[in-house]
Amino acid sequence: MKRDLPASAVRTGAVGAALPHDSAHLHVAGAATYIDDIPELAGTLHIAVGMSTVARGRLVAMQLDRVRAAAGVVAVLGHADIPGEKCIGPVKHDEPVFAIDRVEYIGQPLFAVVATSLEAARRAARLAQVTYEEEPPILDYDDAIRANSHVLPPLTLVTGDAKAAIAAAPYRLSNRLLMGGQEQFYLEGQIAYACPREDGQMLVYSSTQHPTETQFTVAHVLGVAPSQVVVECRRMGGAFGGKETQAAYFAAVAALAAAKLKRAVKFRADRDDDFMLTGKRHEFRADYEVGFDASGRILGLEMTLASRCGWSADLSGSVNDRAVMHVSNAYHLANVTIRSLRLKTNQQSANAFRGFGGPQGILAGEHVIDDIARHLKLDPLAVRKANFYSADPSSPRAMTHYGMRVEDNVILELVTELEASSEYARRRAAVDQWNAREPLIKRGLALTPVMFGISFTASFLNQAGALLHVYHDGSVMINHAATEMGQGVYTKVAQVVAEEFGLQVRQVRITATDTSKVPNTSPTAASSGADLNGKAAQAAAREIKARLAAFCASTHGFDAATVEFRDGRVMAGAWERPWEEVVRAAYMARVSLSSTGFYSVPKVGFDPATLKGRPFYYFAYGAAVSEVAIDILTGESRLLRVDVLHDVGRSLNPAIDRGQVEGGFVQGMGWLTSEELVWDAHGRLRTHAPSTYKIPVSSDVPEAFKVSLWERGENVEDSIFRSKAVGEPPLMLASSVFLAIRDAVAAARGGVPALDAPATPERILLACSAGPAA
Amino acid sequence: MTTESISLTVNGQPRRMDIDPRTLLVQLIRDHLGLTGTHVGCDTAQCGACTVHVDGRAVKSCSILALQADGTEVTTIEGLATGDELHPMQQAFRDCHGLQCGYCTPGMVMSAIELLKHNPQPSEQQIREGLEGNICRCTGYQNIVKAVQQAAGA
Ligand code: FES
Ligand code: FES
Repeated sequence: MKRDLPASAVRTGAVGAALPHDSAHLHVAGAATYIDDIPELAGTLHIAVGMSTVARGRLVAMQLDRVRAAAGVVAVLGHADIPGEKCIGPVKHDEPVFAIDRVEYIGQPLFAVVATSLEAARRAARLAQVTYEEEPPILDYDDAIRANSHVLPPLTLVTGDAKAAIAAAPYRLSNRLLMGGQEQFYLEGQIAYACPREDGQMLVYSSTQHPTETQFTVAHVLGVAPSQVVVECRRMGGAFGGKETQAAYFAAVAALAAAKLKRAVKFRADRDDDFMLTGKRHEFRADYEVGFDASGRILGLEMTLASRCGWSADLSGSVNDRAVMHVSNAYHLANVTIRSLRLKTNQQSANAFRGFGGPQGILAGEHVIDDIARHLKLDPLAVRKANFYSADPSSPRAMTHYGMRVEDNVILELVTELEASSEYARRRAAVDQWNAREPLIKRGLALTPVMFGISFTASFLNQAGALLHVYHDGSVMINHAATEMGQGVYTKVAQVVAEEFGLQVRQVRITATDTSKVPNTSPTAASSGADLNGKAAQAAAREIKARLAAFCASTHGFDAATVEFRDGRVMAGAWERPWEEVVRAAYMARVSLSSTGFYSVPKVGFDPATLKGRPFYYFAYGAAVSEVAIDILTGESRLLRVDVLHDVGRSLNPAIDRGQVEGGFVQGMGWLTSEELVWDAHGRLRTHAPSTYKIPVSSDVPEAFKVSLWERGENVEDSIFRSKAVGEPPLMLASSVFLAIRDAVAAARGGVPALDAPATPERILLACSAGPAA
Repeated sequence: MTTESISLTVNGQPRRMDIDPRTLLVQLIRDHLGLTGTHVGCDTAQCGACTVHVDGRAVKSCSILALQADGTEVTTIEGLATGDELHPMQQAFRDCHGLQCGYCTPGMVMSAIELLKHNPQPSEQQIREGLEGNICRCTGYQNIVKAVQQAAGA
């Protein structure tokens, strides 16, 4: 796979080093500032919202006198207090900031209480007397379908003739898989701190993945131009997609109160309120019929992918688009029809969460493969291989069902390597022997691939900007559009700048993401942060290098093209000077030492109406083998060992990338095993704290957790130093845990088990005790 | 508002103040003393982000009243380093990449120090079980476990 690299991809030092996170020294000392740690301005007020206790109905009356009279309360704000737009939302403006005449979920904000402390605000918010005219909530998939309840119209992707192919196939089967949602549980809850400035301007510190959208939402709610609003975010205490759209709400309400009262106002959601207010990963239901041949190769697939989107559209369109595309995972589908239903239900509005529909699409596809293997009594890995996309880009089997040709396919190579290094065949036999011998503890093994498309499917978002200053003593400051949520994008971009200038990474000052420094930014999402912003920062650095090179060349009479920046020096042939000296001389000669940089991803373009085109610049690949044990009397499961091989291209920072792989895997494992969201028949979320919502802890992760970055990995596209995005893809490696559990259940009862996700002990127990299926 | 007076030692410094008796220890630490390295993650004694030492024992500071710490010695994450020199556990978390967003880190470091105090040479399994009260949503725990192992060897 090694290719000759263009000069632009040759690296000299900073890039590729396993450097610690840029803030690591601060984090371990408790000295990194999150928004709640910013020293408060005198007179700072706090917010809590009053929430609907009814999932669906008409809002008849709100009696708020007791709220207003409560101790510490300064103001109570409702929709009538909004000077600008009363409804927000990233795509459709379908979310009233405060309920106007209807309520649509339990937890929906009705009003905001502004008080001298958070406790006072929360206590007062509960004193409201609200009268509703209740209607039966729509919660279930079938209820929503019957009621024609959609947040966005259904879409169907058609390629080939699935019906005919299934009818003509030698084998057929149909099945259903339910997939649960997932709470992001960023450890730092949602928070915004709004500080009014002179002349109607507003500064908002927001824990947001999308400063620009937060800025615009604040401006729209306040009824001012976005140029009046500055949003700043230095770091988030985790986000995982949950602060892509939802952060804007907290910023807008804080700013509304701050503008009204002319005081600084902080809105920190208490964890319980955060669970009740904000959206989670989409729940999905996949119904399918598949036709296949004796080798397990899929000939035709018809699937209906329905998702519970909650009360508003949020980003459900793009999430569902990605689910439809990722049903194929790494497999060629020639004849396929996928119908996508974006159902409106009376729940929190489902939103972005690491993987963004990809995990659900991929698990549905893997479930189809697993069914086929069990039906034919073949090893699922053999069926996977029979279905892989061709590695030859000119083959018809390299064409995806959404019309994009796969030009960088390495899945067979990677899976084959993992199969050997994890001793898959030996362990398959050992698991089968164990299961033949042991009646109560059953083991399961599964190897699953991941092939994840990199780019925003909303093509216009694939752009980024940077602002780079060189001060006249030679010190460097970088600012860019990406936000830091722990994923290390600040570190990676600083590495790129240091590499370009031939400096040490510690010589590059990284500064908080700020809408007044870089405008019109895209969210830090879709795993794209380092790809896009690394390129934008590189463009800015190259602009400044070009100016310095031209200056040196004209002063000393050599060719600017021969100038190099290395080891803190600027050199051309035998001539060389320290970086600082060259910068100083350029400044004295009135050369501009500051530049913006811009990047837009080439090649991508996608029609969201037909779901056809080239949505992705490239694919990230990986695979995992998981081995589990289940107790058939209690339903308890345990991950015994996992082996991961993941392709990050040529890593910008292997320490950070490895951390992303490990963390993503464990988060995906949580989604598929222990993290269960339960809404009762009234639509009330019953799992709204970590006491009832089980997030993996250290003892859930096995000692035998072997992660390798694929050494031969390299991006065939001209990405930043040929690296690949790593934020989301590893989460889907955890499909292997779910399918290993399914394998163990199959060992317990035979046939094709009926097991939905998450595979909680309860579901495992039920699946084991059901009699063998056909 | 009625107040009560409390005196305690925080990071080696004696403190005496009048507080609302309902004040939680974490509020005293963050809001009254401005020691914001102790984080609030779950508000309900479950995530461990707010862990501090009270008389040498790891305590979730959101789960006790400040008055319950009257007369004690409290150590927060800010009190671990000696001058510019990090505590070996802090150094290990940095060296081993035992953090991503960093929000859980102070609580994790405080819990890990207590773990080694009771069991200086823990097995990997003992480390994993010992940190069960601290949630990390980012790292998958691998590098956190490695950090504790490094600190135990140091
Ligand atoms: S904030 Fe105290 S344990 Fe979570
Ligand atoms: S590093 Fe983010 S929660 Fe642990």
